[in-house]
Amino acid sequence: MKNRTFFWFILPSLITMLLFIALPIVSVVVQSLHIEHEAILNEVENCGPFGCKKELVIDVKETAKLKDERPLGRFNGLGTYTNRNHLAFTEIRHAWKLSNGVADFVSKSLNLPFYRALAFTLTYTFIVTPLVLMFGFLIALGVNSLPKYIKGPTIFVSLLPMIVTPLIGSLILFWMIDAQGIVGSILQKIFDDPNLSLKASPLLTWIMLMVYGVWHSSPFAFIVFYAGLQTVPSDTIEAAMIDGASRWERTKYVVLPHLMPLTMFILLIQLMDNFRVFEPIVGFSAQANATSLSWIIYNDISNNEDQFFGSAGATSVLTIIGVSILLIPVLIRTWHDFNRKVI
Amino acid sequence: MSDIVYRRPPALNMIIWSLVMVWVVAASFPFLWTLWGSFKVQGDFFSKADWTNAITGVRTQVETGGAFTGNGYFGAWVTKSFWIAAINTGIIVFSVVIISLTLGTLGGYALARSGKRYAFYLLMLALVFRAMPHITLVSGYLLPFFEWNLWGHIPTAIIVMVAINQPFTLWMLHSFFLNIPKDLDESAMVDGCTRFQAFRHVIVPVMWPGVVTTGLFSFLLAYNDFSVTATLLSQANQTMVPKIASFLGTTQTEGNVMFAVAAVVSATAPLFILILFFQRQIVSGLTAGAVKG
Repeated sequence: MKNRTFFWFILPSLITMLLFIALPIVSVVVQSLHIEHEAILNEVENCGPFGCKKELVIDVKETAKLKDERPLGRFNGLGTYTNRNHLAFTEIRHAWKLSNGVADFVSKSLNLPFYRALAFTLTYTFIVTPLVLMFGFLIALGVNSLPKYIKGPTIFVSLLPMIVTPLIGSLILFWMIDAQGIVGSILQKIFDDPNLSLKASPLLTWIMLMVYGVWHSSPFAFIVFYAGLQTVPSDTIEAAMIDGASRWERTKYVVLPHLMPLTMFILLIQLMDNFRVFEPIVGFSAQANATSLSWIIYNDISNNEDQFFGSAGATSVLTIIGVSILLIPVLIRTWHDFNRKVI
Repeated sequence: MSDIVYRRPPALNMIIWSLVMVWVVAASFPFLWTLWGSFKVQGDFFSKADWTNAITGVRTQVETGGAFTGNGYFGAWVTKSFWIAAINTGIIVFSVVIISLTLGTLGGYALARSGKRYAFYLLMLALVFRAMPHITLVSGYLLPFFEWNLWGHIPTAIIVMVAINQPFTLWMLHSFFLNIPKDLDESAMVDGCTRFQAFRHVIVPVMWPGVVTTGLFSFLLAYNDFSVTATLLSQANQTMVPKIASFLGTTQTEGNVMFAVAAVVSATAPLFILILFFQRQIVSGLTAGAVKG
């Protein structure tokens, strides 16, 4: 295709992406270097029956005017990045000096909002992703061996958890595990503990969110693996059988290598999607026990009166850096695969 | 033949079947339960006494006189004006799908036919864009949108969601167009068509299966979105998902959680119907990116 024609075909798509994906990233970086204006204070002398007092009063009008003139706020350099709500260098150094032992240091760091969110996001990503791959593969093996007439309905049912809106899916589960919901009250009976609540303990909340994550994403892995299983070369399987390979060996040496590219694909998509975990925290109202990077950004900007663009920007930049680090190995691999295919 | 190859020992079959059974129950039961419960009163769905009340509907009998009640639905749709949110969702989703597909088919076609180095770089760039958490982008929009008075309007949310969907749409349509033989449009061009005429008269008539599948996924992305719609739309223009989220706070205190339950069921129904009719396309779409490359 000629360069000119290519350019005109791709132009509309490229413009929207540059305007609404690339520029916002720039805007986030700029925002993160600024911080809200300080309120302008006026000294006012207040005289009453007991003498005069000097007081500092916020000049609402001037503050609003300043905010209007320079909505971005004042320049703050990297100050937002290093403050207590983000990388918190001072606090970390302090904790390092004062803590006795690594465990104490870790628990102190996890009290800082950014590290708390980072810890949950990483744990969620690295626990849910392998579990999704495993469950997806097992379900695919299972469904593949079902008689034909029940395959269709099984796939239909399996698609539900994936296709439902994440916020709605988590709400549905949240109501069931409520202390007065079906799963919650049955668990109370099983453990004979009328005060058992999955929402109260941080550990149970984390587990609950991850169970939701696996429930929500397994169908995706299942469908992809299932499609892959349809294309396993039967000649190779037969040859392996003739050579005396057991069922396990056939799965290990023929089926799994055949599914390897699919696994990479699911891994890539799952890493991207799990790292941005956000809706379940809103749905499960879990913010007291678990926050994610996306959630703290949302928390900074969703408040209607006070929006902290600087803070949200800094967290966003750190999140983008996190995503990049996470994806570099997978991207390099995709790059090589693609290069081999194209050239 | 394949029967003999794949015949399993009975014990293994038992394990596999029970696994599938457990999965089927885990995947479907929450939906059935919530659908059933949405026709009960709160005292039954969240029963302090006994969870089986939700099945028998004891409190529902007492409070409304029947075993089922539509009070939750009436409360959500009429009292809390959920219908406005439903209309907004309809407008937004429809526009996002149409615009995404128009831009995506043009771009995807170009990427599939280019064969140049930069087409590949663009695809990698799209992949990187696909990885950006939506909320980080949204936090970049807010301030400029406030300044230029773009915040809160439906068209703003539409164009933003079109852009966020573009990387995915491009990848998917690109892989569909790779499957349409090159000879088709090239022979049209030999006959004197321009590139666009070849696209318009030769490719467009055969591209619909791929476009329909991609459209389904654009629909899902727009319909299921929370971060963009919750932050970029004003109260009056709110769509269903943020509306449900805002129900949570208000209904919990007013004691009508059932409004939210009814709204959740209402918002799930279109998705259910979608799978019913388009199961095959959804499955083929999920695998298109992976299997074909």
